Amino acid sequence: MMGEPSALALFWVAAIAFAIVAYVILDGFDLGVGILFGVSENEARRDAMLAAISPFWDGNETWLVMIGASLFAAFPMAYAVFLPAFYIPVLLMLFGLIFRGVGFEFRHRGARGFWEGGFFIGSTVAAFVQGAAVGAMIRGIPVANGQYAGGAFAWLAPLPVLTGVGLVFGYALLGAGWLVMKSDGELREWARKRIPWLVVLVLVVLALAFVAAVFERRQIGAGLADRRWGLVFPALGLLAMAGVFIGVRQRRDGVPFAMTVAFFFAAFLTLAVLFWPYMIPYQVTVANAAAPDKSLTFLFWGAGVFVLPVIVIYTAVVYWVFRGKLRNGYGRDGTDDGGQQKKLI
Amino acid sequence: MELDPVLLSRLQFAFVISFHIIFPAFTIGLAAWLATIEGVRLATGKPIYRRVFDFWLRIFALSFAMGVVTGIVMAFQFGTNWSVLSERAGPIQGPLLGYEGFTAFMLEATFFGVMLLGRNRVPPWFYFLSCCMVSLGTMFSSFWILCNNSWMQVPLGHAFVDGKIVPDDWWAITTGPIVRVRWPHMLLAAFLTTGMSIIATGAWHMLRGRHLQEARVMLHWGIGLVAVIIPIQMVFGHLTGDYVLKYQPEKFAAIEARWQTQQPASEVLFAIPDPSAQRNLFAIEVPRLGSFVASGDWTSKEIGLEAYPPEDRPPVVIPFFAFRIMVGMGLIMLAVSWVGVALVWRGRLESARWFLWAAFLSFPTGFVGVLCGWYTAEVGRQPWVIYHILRTEDAITPSLTGGVALFSLIAYVVVYTVIYSFGLTYIYRLLQRGPAAEPEAVSQLPGRPIAAALQGGEPLQGSEQ
Repeated sequence: MMGEPSALALFWVAAIAFAIVAYVILDGFDLGVGILFGVSENEARRDAMLAAISPFWDGNETWLVMIGASLFAAFPMAYAVFLPAFYIPVLLMLFGLIFRGVGFEFRHRGARGFWEGGFFIGSTVAAFVQGAAVGAMIRGIPVANGQYAGGAFAWLAPLPVLTGVGLVFGYALLGAGWLVMKSDGELREWARKRIPWLVVLVLVVLALAFVAAVFERRQIGAGLADRRWGLVFPALGLLAMAGVFIGVRQRRDGVPFAMTVAFFFAAFLTLAVLFWPYMIPYQVTVANAAAPDKSLTFLFWGAGVFVLPVIVIYTAVVYWVFRGKLRNGYGRDGTDDGGQQKKLI
Repeated sequence: MELDPVLLSRLQFAFVISFHIIFPAFTIGLAAWLATIEGVRLATGKPIYRRVFDFWLRIFALSFAMGVVTGIVMAFQFGTNWSVLSERAGPIQGPLLGYEGFTAFMLEATFFGVMLLGRNRVPPWFYFLSCCMVSLGTMFSSFWILCNNSWMQVPLGHAFVDGKIVPDDWWAITTGPIVRVRWPHMLLAAFLTTGMSIIATGAWHMLRGRHLQEARVMLHWGIGLVAVIIPIQMVFGHLTGDYVLKYQPEKFAAIEARWQTQQPASEVLFAIPDPSAQRNLFAIEVPRLGSFVASGDWTSKEIGLEAYPPEDRPPVVIPFFAFRIMVGMGLIMLAVSWVGVALVWRGRLESARWFLWAAFLSFPTGFVGVLCGWYTAEVGRQPWVIYHILRTEDAITPSLTGGVALFSLIAYVVVYTVIYSFGLTYIYRLLQRGPAAEPEAVSQLPGRPIAAALQGGEPLQGSEQ
């Protein structure tokens, strides 16, 4: 291991970690609704599902741009290894997000089946490749001379496939929790019924992934072995899942979503313990990947001090404006404009 | 046949950037136009300006959305296909592109939403301010891109530490002599692109005898703006040529198809350059003019490509033709706008159908000019990706195979074809439909530019299907 990361590098690690958590939770629930959209045939329910995410999904996705831009700016070496290692997954994810984004808008303009299929498949593919990327990172990414040194399909091993499937179910769980929280009537009941099944599916797939990881027997778990206190995070994750069950049983609308978010936090922290101090496990450390201090400083005073807080505040305002149950949805199909005609300033 | 990942990646980059640049080039100008027209409306209080504004706002929303979608793809291209470039130049290009992303993000996150949806929820002065901020944001965005590209054209303000490129002087990187010339050149090109589109749309509706009042506003404003901007653009074009001659003489020689060093040099007006024989076929040349164009002196010596080793020479055919097409587009804009001014002056604009047809048909001149200008700049920079520092062939992702590169290229072509045919159809329908009779609330949805654009046309939906 070479050197400790500078304070600026740590700031940007924290900023990117924050952006990743924000992205996974925010885009996670709307991708999850897209996944659930595919298993619901009922058109009225489909409209209600879209209405529950329509004010949010676009802003949620821009966190992905934030992650990509910050990674390139602050850790160019990690960016240069990560994207070639995931050449095909990144391609699939971009196409998934494109089809999902336009499918959302074009489905009322003819070829409805095509665009709705695109919305479901795009959401599922984006979720799957994001999960697969996590699995591939757990396995470790081969690097030689500061560049990715593996094949185009190295990510397509049993463990990444399992984590990919796991994230599809995980996002679906987030989406179902969101629908329970933001809707009522038939849709809320429909979503609530699916939550226990999704919890079971997530846990089963994670157990299988754990078995696959044991079989891999590489450096996996070295981080946890050094930091046994890190085991508290998977334990908290299991507790959160129990909380989801309780929330469903007690019919408390906000609890399943909140507990799923807690579960995702626990999973993220587990991965952080597993990976630290590596940016690209288990080859490139945070300190090695960081751009020179002159680059980080230049970035810090504009983007770190100014842009990041503005984006956080704006995101909070949008969620505040569209708080509560979205009864008839907002927009094309809805006439209920309740509460949102308030002056913005 | 061996598939070359470098060539395929270059084709892919050229493809996705060409389809992307069309939209920013258009929206930079549109944002400025919308801010202008909203300011005029605020000052005069005339409802006609509101109708024109609402019409172009919908086009803006759709174009902006297409620009965002294709822009997200761009954010990943450097890493996936050009990882050596990303790693080596990352300390400089990363922050510049990062700022571009953040600027676009901020813009979309804040004032764009107000512009699209907030008309009835904020005071008029704040709405106007939002329009100005969006316009400013698009200009900032282009600034960061031009900083980045100018650094690749003529690297300045960097140092080498242990063989790594590190930023040394951000001031030089962001305000160097090249940026100072190329950023205005690009901004003005964007204004002209939009200006020609506005003129053409006005002419189209005028020819069809519909929306005459709005068409008149578009024609008058568009012609006036282009007529003023085009001479300024020609000055900046000249200054851009000056920097190329001074810092990138190989590129200059390629643009001029000058194979041999000449004194005095002639100017090749037209030719078919033959790279294998290093000569021009069917050349039409003006003696001595080449010296004057380059150095403002009828007898100066001008360097030809033969002065450089073959492996350092840029391609000739594309820069040569692309440059001439760009200049041709500029001349068409000059002719359309100045003839237009003369017709307005004499009060004969609306009866001169020949002119309206010409104005309508010159719709693509701005787009073609922007694309050809960029082809000249980028192909002319070859074989370097960072001029005289890193060769394009050395910048490629080492793990990328030809087969995978071919797969992604085909996939991009297929997906973009589907998305673009729908997106452009919708923009065409909005243009064709023309301004609505009464101002209407565009939409109630934040962050949904396409829906907002489509929703504006909802009353007519039934008649279309």
